[in-house]
Amino acid sequence: MSLTKRIIPCLDCENGRVVKGVKFVDIRDAGDPVEVSKRYCEQGADEITFLDITASHEGRETTIHTVQDIASQVFIPLTVGGGIRTLEDIRQMLNAGADKVAINTSAVLNPEFVKQAAERFGSQCIVVAIDAKQVSSGQEPLRWEIFTHGGRKATGLDAVQWAKKMVDYGAGEILLTSMDRDGTKNGFDLALNRAISEAVPVPVIASGGVGNLQHLVDGIQEGKVDAVLAASIFHFGEYSIPEAKAYMREKGICVR
Amino acid sequence: MTKLVVIDYGMGNLHSVGKALEHINTSVDVSITADPLKIHEAERLIFPGVGAIRDCMAEIRRLEIDTLLREARKEKPILGICVGMQAMMDYSEENNGVECIGLFPGKVRRFPEGQRDANGDLLKVPHMGWNQVEQGIAHPMWNNIPDKSHFYFVHSYYVTPDTNKDNSAVVAGLSEYPQAFCSALAAENIFAVQFHPEKSQDCGLQLLKNFITWDGKA
Repeated sequence: MSLTKRIIPCLDCENGRVVKGVKFVDIRDAGDPVEVSKRYCEQGADEITFLDITASHEGRETTIHTVQDIASQVFIPLTVGGGIRTLEDIRQMLNAGADKVAINTSAVLNPEFVKQAAERFGSQCIVVAIDAKQVSSGQEPLRWEIFTHGGRKATGLDAVQWAKKMVDYGAGEILLTSMDRDGTKNGFDLALNRAISEAVPVPVIASGGVGNLQHLVDGIQEGKVDAVLAASIFHFGEYSIPEAKAYMREKGICVR
Repeated sequence: MTKLVVIDYGMGNLHSVGKALEHINTSVDVSITADPLKIHEAERLIFPGVGAIRDCMAEIRRLEIDTLLREARKEKPILGICVGMQAMMDYSEENNGVECIGLFPGKVRRFPEGQRDANGDLLKVPHMGWNQVEQGIAHPMWNNIPDKSHFYFVHSYYVTPDTNKDNSAVVAGLSEYPQAFCSALAAENIFAVQFHPEKSQDCGLQLLKNFITWDGKA
């Protein structure tokens, strides 16, 4: 008996719809985040991450309703990220039924926000999302920095130091995305994941770059992470969650 | 309609417990409240909790929920969840030591940091995710739940009941991280769990269903 490694499908949503869609053969509306979440939950997903990319204020209301709908039908943990800027944003999402919120840019702009959030709502619901990019080259020791604005804006912050600081400030979990790997399908940045996972006491979720099931295994065995997050390999029916779990189990990873 | 109160002492989000109850049984009248009258009138109580124990205990005492629970334990089924379970013990190590309600003898301790599993991987604190629960005893609350089912946990502290005292509870569930720890306790009308049934999919919903029909006897 031991703690299992988690598989977390991620839904990118805009104005209450899953962007890019999800291909389930037997689902009525593949753009509906509630339908999609239910299906992943039935398939054995360990958590759901809902990433809101809605820009407009009106869209936020839609997002809150969507989170309410998911939370009243899906009884596994739900993390909501995207546009979390104030304590009021967090309160709204938790009241809507989110179990955790992911804070990204706002943590970089104002690290004290993470501290306040953890003190107010508890570390267990504060996930700090980190977008990191390798900045070392050639023979230099590996080094990564934090980037914001979808990887376009450098901050000069060292990723490992930043992760440690965020945990000191109360982050209960780190969602780590490699901007070098995101969207490439070449696998996680294993050195980055290992560096951060070994540096912080809290769980780390690897994100960015999954193209096949071996990548999930590598993330856990080489990257030393506690959970793996993926979007497209599940959305487009390349692999199902039961297939991913069967493969991981075969490779000696403890899964539910 | 059976009247159920989810005790709300202002610590964290109780909507998920309420939503899970509504989902499994529409004939249960769920109130989320700290109103002593409603707690008194309820036929069964859920005592949840998230966050730090010092803040939880301060609110529990201010609202006199400790007294209400001491009375209720003789009369009606009570389900403790997560920090709710921890608050039932004598004392917690969290926040430099906090006296708790003391329904059961025993302490609440922190998982040591820096422990590694058999593969040499760091065991993170909080213990977060799905772990198995070995059913220590046969109990109506385990009805239709296979032994060693997975439940969702998120906690850094765990209870260590002193099972030699008069008013002690029985270890009803055990989990490992990596040492065995108590993940469920049972005593007369009380069943308490460290995991979150409201977030543990089918097995968690089954546990809540069992609670709605449980007569409070082991």
